[in-house]
Order: sequence, then structure tokens, then C-alpha cells
Amino acid sequence: MSPPNGGGMGRTPEGAVPAEGPGVPAGAVLPSPHAHGGASVSRTMGLVMAALAPATLFGFWMFGWPAVHLFMMTLAACVLAEYGCQRLMGRRSSLGDGSAVLTGWLLALSLPPWAPGWIGVLGGAIAIVVGKQVFGGLGQNPFNPAMVARVVLLVSFPVAMTQWVVPVPMGSPGAPDFVHGLQITLAAPPLPDAIASASLLGHAKTELSRGADLAQVLGAAATPPHDWTGLRPGSLGETGALLLLAGGLFLVFAGVIGWHLPAAVLLGLAVPALVGHALAPARFLPADLHLVSGATVLGAFFIATDYVTSPNTTAGQWLFGLGIGVLTWIIRSFGGYPEGMAFAVLLMNALVPAIDRWLRPRILGRDRAGRPLALPGD
Amino acid sequence: MSGNLGRIARDGLWDNNVVFSQMLALCPTMAVTTSGTNGLGMGLATTAVLVVSNALVALIRRSVSSQVRIPVFVVLIATLVTLVDMSLNAWLHDLHKVLGLFIALIVVNCAILGRAEAFASKSGVLASTVDGIAMGLGFTGALTCIGLIREFLGAGTLFAQASQLLGPSFAFLEMRLPGYDGALLMILPPGGFAVLGFLLAARRAAEARRRAPAGGTLPQTA
Repeated sequence: MSPPNGGGMGRTPEGAVPAEGPGVPAGAVLPSPHAHGGASVSRTMGLVMAALAPATLFGFWMFGWPAVHLFMMTLAACVLAEYGCQRLMGRRSSLGDGSAVLTGWLLALSLPPWAPGWIGVLGGAIAIVVGKQVFGGLGQNPFNPAMVARVVLLVSFPVAMTQWVVPVPMGSPGAPDFVHGLQITLAAPPLPDAIASASLLGHAKTELSRGADLAQVLGAAATPPHDWTGLRPGSLGETGALLLLAGGLFLVFAGVIGWHLPAAVLLGLAVPALVGHALAPARFLPADLHLVSGATVLGAFFIATDYVTSPNTTAGQWLFGLGIGVLTWIIRSFGGYPEGMAFAVLLMNALVPAIDRWLRPRILGRDRAGRPLALPGD
Repeated sequence: MSGNLGRIARDGLWDNNVVFSQMLALCPTMAVTTSGTNGLGMGLATTAVLVVSNALVALIRRSVSSQVRIPVFVVLIATLVTLVDMSLNAWLHDLHKVLGLFIALIVVNCAILGRAEAFASKSGVLASTVDGIAMGLGFTGALTCIGLIREFLGAGTLFAQASQLLGPSFAFLEMRLPGYDGALLMILPPGGFAVLGFLLAARRAAEARRRAPAGGTLPQTA
């Protein structure tokens, strides 16, 4: 999720101006509102980052120094790109609001942990330049910047973007130290066979294309582990699903995001997955694997809920979320790519203006079509 | 339109460039610019049609009444496009295989009918011919430029297979960046839109900077 754009439900607009600052005489009375709830873009971003931190740290521990380096390089690229763009356009810098850092953070979570560093740098630049600043910056972008970058990278560099590794936790034998990690991130040597692995969704897709029976594939020893503990191959933001879920629930209870949208995404994915698996277990993955794999939890709580690129009304958010969930299931089950969350989010992002137009809240005193309500006694 | 030929040439090549300024003919621009060679070939084919159609339209402009001018122009252009299509198929068969469908579509290239309508039907033969050459070369330049950028970013090559279009002596144009396989997206349609968008932005920024006095505010270009 990225920055709020002001309007919307349960969102405090950045309206209240403190009676201080350059050009404001001491004791000047400014237009209302005079009370400020303390909400700001940077505070929201900070809360989201705090919610992401446990899962990220878990990912760092699990995939070691290469993941840390990739993460740092992606964030740095985002911040530099944001600075460069605003410098070039002669605009006031908005680095302080933290939105660029958060974009980079979400992008880094969606990358393979041992991906070469240039993937992260290029992705960060694409996210900020093409995904955000081209449209006018904070609050103007129709598509989620991190997902734009992820899709561009995935389509452009399919090999580098699908090189998953089995976890080698920090401190365990064989885990790369700081310098070795830097070598992996910067020089991108070919991954040793012992470490290279498929993610569960990718493995299932490969086996399916060979005509294998999924029910047997899931029981086989060669299948990557798939459980909620997170010790399995995948991106940083995929494996720690439980921690991400905890972070997401924290955001819901902190009032940063509503519960409707994540619930809608999870439902939209789980229901077709349940039905599909019940009808043809050899063809479709079970629902729990869908929920724990790929970017499901990250997408539902942190990406789909981006204030800027999601609908404003509750009904719109349900529609938007269900659309993401169903599309994700369709792409995972029938598409060419094993994971479809990023594509689903972008596709539904494109519909947000239409959804917001169609599902406008009823105006007080008027019916849904905009006609005045009949007065009692008329 | 007095025949200031230099002005006409400048208009076609840059100031009123078909792609970068008029934003016409974007369909072939997006579709064929997956490589510099394709862009060059398509641009030259369009230029050939444009020059001849401009000259012929200027020649017959007094004998065609304004009520039937559009059908007449279309028949004229269609004839020329058919000629180009057949010539390419005969002599540059490989390029024809790549550009195939889009050659036939030159007939509905709005830039050509646009120049016939906006310029050639009101100007003399010489001015119209110069306009056709300038507009055509401007279009060719834009297509080649977009094609080269997309090809370089998307495949790591420059002018791949140029020798097939221009003859073996032009094989020196073909370049390849070693160790770079390219970002596939740039060859796909989104790459075309992105490259065109950034080139347009760069052009507008450059023009705004040129027009603005040093230290002044940027003018709002509509």
C-alpha cells in the first residue's frame, strides 16, 4: 500500500494546518479545522512498515545476507529515483513521507531473495519513475507502483525472476556471510544446484504441464515444502505468511486499512479454490495452499489496500477485492505464469475509476439515481 | 501557403513531425517498431507512397471537385500502396514478410490522407512533393528512432538484419551488445507505448526549455 490521497472512508485528510511555519505570523488564526488527529502520510507509511517488519526480518534470517543486500539496494533505488524525478521536474521533494521507501519495501518483498542486485535497482527505478512519478507522483498513480515494477521485471527477465532458493538461515552451515552475500547480489553467479529450487506454485505448474496428478505431486518428496511455518522457497513476502497475516491484522486494528478489502481478496481466492479442488483434486491446488503460497497474504493486506489505487466505497472495495482474488485463482490455475497476484492487482487497478463511478455513495436526501427523496407528508 | 520550401521541410522533419507532433499514424508506429530495421523499412515505404500521393493530389487538385475529393484521394493512395506492396514482395521479400499486413494498411495511414487533405490539395506540385519528402522522412526518422531504442533495450541489438533490407553492403550497421539478452517487455506493445511516451515528454521538455527565458517559469504547452 502506498500513500493516502485524502478522500475516502475512515481516512483522515491532511487538512489541518498547524499555525506555524514560514510566512505565518505568530498567533495567526488559520482556517478550520483547528484540531488535528495526528494522521499524516508519513505516519501511515510508518505503521505499514512496522507491520511489515516482522515478516521482513524473518525473511532476512531465512535467506541470509543476499536478501538483505537486495532489499537495501531496492530501497535505495526507489529513494534515489524519487529524488531524481522531483529534482528534474522542479517539484518539492516528498521523500520525507516515506512512500518511496514503502514502495521499494513492497517490491523487494516480491522479488526472489537471491535475485541479482540490478533487478532490484531497475525495479525500484521503474516503480517510481514509470509507476508513480510519470503520473504526477504521490496519490496520482492509477496502478500500484510496486506491482508495475514486479510485472515489468517478470515479463522482461523471466529467468532471473523465477530463481528461488531453499532457505539457508543465517548462522546455519553453508549460509553466505556478509561479503559472500554481497558477491551473490552484485555478481549474480549461477546458483548451486543444492540451493536452487522451485516455489510451490511454480512446481505445481510445471508438474501439471507434464500431465502429472497434483494429488500425487503434493505428496511426493521432490515437492517443495508448503506449510505456514514459512521455511520454504519463495520470495521474502511469501514465506512468512503468518507474520504477514499478523502485520496485516495489526493494520486493520490500528485503523490504517479496512477489513473489507483483505477479506474480499482472501474470499475471492479461497472460494473458487475450494470448489475447484473439490471437483478436480488432480487439476487444482487445495485452497489452503493457495492462501499460504505466493503473494496472497502480502497482496490482500498490503498491496490491494493501497489507498491510491483501490476504490473508495465499501461496496467498491468488496468488488475490487473479490475481483483480485478470483483473477489470481484463474491466472494461477489456467495462466502461463505460476503466480498471478501482481497481474490481478494491476487488472483490477485499471477498473478502479469505473468502480468508483459506478458505486458512488448515495447523496444524503437523494436516492441512488440522484433524485430527491420524497418528503414525509408530501 | 506560399512555397517557402525550407519552412515546409522543417515542418515535416521536426516542428510538425507526424509522430512526435501531430501524433498521427500511431498504429504502424506501435506495431512495426520492434526493431530499427522494421521502422526504417516501414518509414521508407510510407515515404514513397506519401511523396507520390502528394504530388499526384497536387496535380489533380483543380480538376477534382471538393464533393468527391476524399474518394478520389483514397483510390489514388490505394493504388500507390498496392504498387509498393507488390514491389516490396518482389524485391525485398524478407522485409515484406515482417511488415506484411502493415504495408497494406498504409492505405489508411491517416498521415497520408491528412497531408493530401491539409496540404497537397491546396498547394503546388513542387511544394507538395517537398512536403511529402519532409513528412515522410520525419516519419521515417521517428519510426527508426523508436525502433532502435526498443530494439536496443529489448534485444540488445541495433539494426539487426539491416543487410536484408538495404543490401549486404549495409551489414556494418548491425550491432550486438554482448552479454545482454534484453528486456522482453520493450519488444512487446507496452514497450512501444513507454518509449513513445518518454520521447514525447523529452521533446516537450526540450521545447519548453528552449522557449522559456532563463530563470523564467515554464510555459504551459497545451
